Order: sequence, then structure tokens, then C-alpha cells
Amino acid sequence: MSKYLVDKFLYTIDRDPDLVERYREDPRGTVDWWEAERANLILNLPAAERSSWLEFTDPERDALGTHDYVALFELGAHNFLLLTLFIALFERDYEEPLAFQREFAARLSHWSVPYPDIAT
Amino acid sequence: MATVAAVIASTHHPFYLRASTATGDDRPPFADEWVAKIEAFRETLTRARPDVLVMVGSDHFHQLWLDNMPQFLIGKAPFYDANYYNEEREFGLPRMSLRGDEELSAHLLRGGIDEGFDLAFSNELRVDHSITCPIITLRPQADLPIVPVYTNIFAPPMPQPKRFVELGQALRRLVEAWPSDQRVAIIGTGHLSLELGGPRQFGPHGPDPEFDRKAVEWIATADLKSSLAEVSLDSLWQPGNATHGFMDFMLMMGAAGENVRADYVDSLDLFHTMEAYFTWYPEGGEVAGR
Repeated sequence: MSKYLVDKFLYTIDRDPDLVERYREDPRGTVDWWEAERANLILNLPAAERSSWLEFTDPERDALGTHDYVALFELGAHNFLLLTLFIALFERDYEEPLAFQREFAARLSHWSVPYPDIAT
Repeated sequence: MATVAAVIASTHHPFYLRASTATGDDRPPFADEWVAKIEAFRETLTRARPDVLVMVGSDHFHQLWLDNMPQFLIGKAPFYDANYYNEEREFGLPRMSLRGDEELSAHLLRGGIDEGFDLAFSNELRVDHSITCPIITLRPQADLPIVPVYTNIFAPPMPQPKRFVELGQALRRLVEAWPSDQRVAIIGTGHLSLELGGPRQFGPHGPDPEFDRKAVEWIATADLKSSLAEVSLDSLWQPGNATHGFMDFMLMMGAAGENVRADYVDSLDLFHTMEAYFTWYPEGGEVAGR
């Protein structure tokens, strides 16, 4: 399991407006590109000083590649990163304020405490 | 020595600016009451005549990341640029710039480390809405220098609640020992019960009104004994998956002083969270209205 890498994906997409749009339009392609090109970059180091070992598991890659936030929650993705990015991706498709956020909650309604562990 | 002019604790709600400035059909029905409560709360800081603000908050995965995560960090810089693209996108928060007070930062870092807190520091810190929300609500002219104090309430493993209390107590002692004639307000924001990115998010009120009722009472009376007895890193998942932000309130209870009743207490039951506002005046007397 590579919860840290899932969180790193959510974090680095969320803070880049172009990547938010790219991930919205082409989730699978963006995940594949990001895993190949970006996953191993250490964020405050030059590209040459990259890591060598980070990769998604198949369920993580699939969940990210299909915008499946329920699966990502269940894999232990950080709840704040997940919510913030998915609001940016999909809130615009809903007419009522907070409608996306409420649907997000409803789709997780089979969960009660304890939730999946978010510790990395 | 410096004077602690006020200790102020509140929730921070990033939607306040948008709600309070919305007009016509966009203006939410609760906006007028919220604005009235915020303006009354703002007056509690204005009355204290502060010169400098120690601002306790928490980075929401903006500058601080899981490859190098500090538990407690104090900024030491002449300026702090503020707010991020994703806060502009989601909450409509503006880009801001706040002056820093490097002398007080250096004093708190040196003193805090010498008291046993191995504090991280940052000489180039872009602060986020945990600092700018209380600036917007309490000091919208943003004219006073700040010292940002960041805590980890976000990324496990986090420090124990007791440690937040102790840091608050240390900050109070250290400000009072600062060789300066400045009036310092110590301001910190956190959360009551809160759920973000989970099944209980964005309900008609906070996810755990019973916790909120108890928490407001603990804070209003700085009841460290009861809150420390009931609150643990494990228990805070129960009222809502973002409720660890309550530990910033515990820090502020430490800064206020055990069992010292707040001079000002107010709250507002909003959609998805309860807002709560507390002010202590350590000097007592006229400023406190007593």
C-alpha cells in the first residue's frame, strides 16, 4: 500500500490549476503520466535527486484513474486532500450549493467510525 | 516586559468572507447574524489595543508536506505572503501580505526551545486561511505585525493534546517575559466537531452537537482538567474526522490559564459546523469590563 503516494498525487494535482483540469478531463492518462514523470520527484529537490521506489498499487491506480473517491477514502487517502481536490473537479457540475459535497457524504454513508486509517 | 493584551480563541471558517460580502440572492440567510457576531467579536480585540499578534493556526497541506512535517513551527520572517490558489478557488479568499515581527519570533523560538519544545522554524512561510481567517474577522485592516505559530492537527502521528496545552502555557509565559513595551494579543483558531471528506460532512449542523456543547463549556472556563480527561488523539476521531483541530483550542486554553473564565463567549450554530468565539483579558480591569 502506498497511501503516501496517493496523497502526494492529490496534493500536487490540487495545487496546480492546469493539472486540476487535465485530471478532470483525462483521469487515467493523467495518473499514468504522473506516476511515470512526477511520482518520484521530491518536492523541494532538483529533479536529478529524485526517489527511485515510489509506485501505486493496482487498486490505487484504478481508483485514481476512475475518479473513485469512495475507493480512495477506503484506501486511506487523506480526507482533506480528497475533499478539496474533488470539490475542484466536480462542484461545478452541480447547480445547488454544496450538492456535490452532500452527494460525496451520501456515497460514504455505509461508513461509521472508525474510518480507514489515514496515517502515512 | 510585554503585556498580554488579549487571548483570543475561535473557530475559523473560510466561507465567512464570501458569505459576509454576498448580496442579493447570493447572500445566505444566516449572513447578517454571522456578520453581527463577528463585528462584536472584532471589538473585543480592538478594545485590547494590540501592537502585535501571535497567530496560532495550522497549515492545511499548503507549504508543509508529508516529506518533512513539523509538529510545531514558528515563522521568523519580515513578511508573510498569504493564501493559496486552492483557497481562492474554493473560498474566494484574496492574496494577502502580512508584516512579521522577527524580534518576537526569535524570542519565542529561543525561549520555546529552551523550555523543551524542539520547535521547527521557517524564514519563508506563506501562511494560509488558518491565519488569514482570523485576520479577516478580527483585524481586517491587516495592519499589525504577526508571529505565526503552526501546529500539526492534520497528519498523524500528531502530538498529544497535553502537549498543545503545554505549548500554550509556554507561549503565554514567553510573551510575558519578552523585554518589550508592546501589547501582544495571542490569537488561535481551531475547530469544534468537524467532518471533512467523510460521511458526516456538510450536514445541517456540526457532526456532534453534544461534543460542541461540552467543548464550548470547557473553553469558556479553560477547564483543562475535564478536557484533558476526555480528549485523546483516538477519541477526537469520534466527533468528526477533522476534529483534531480542537487541539488548537486546547493550546489557547493553556495560554488563557487554567480555570480562567473567558471575558467574552459567543457561538453560532451554522450549517456543518458550530462557530465559537472566546476572549480573555489577562489585565482585567476596564478593558474586560470588570
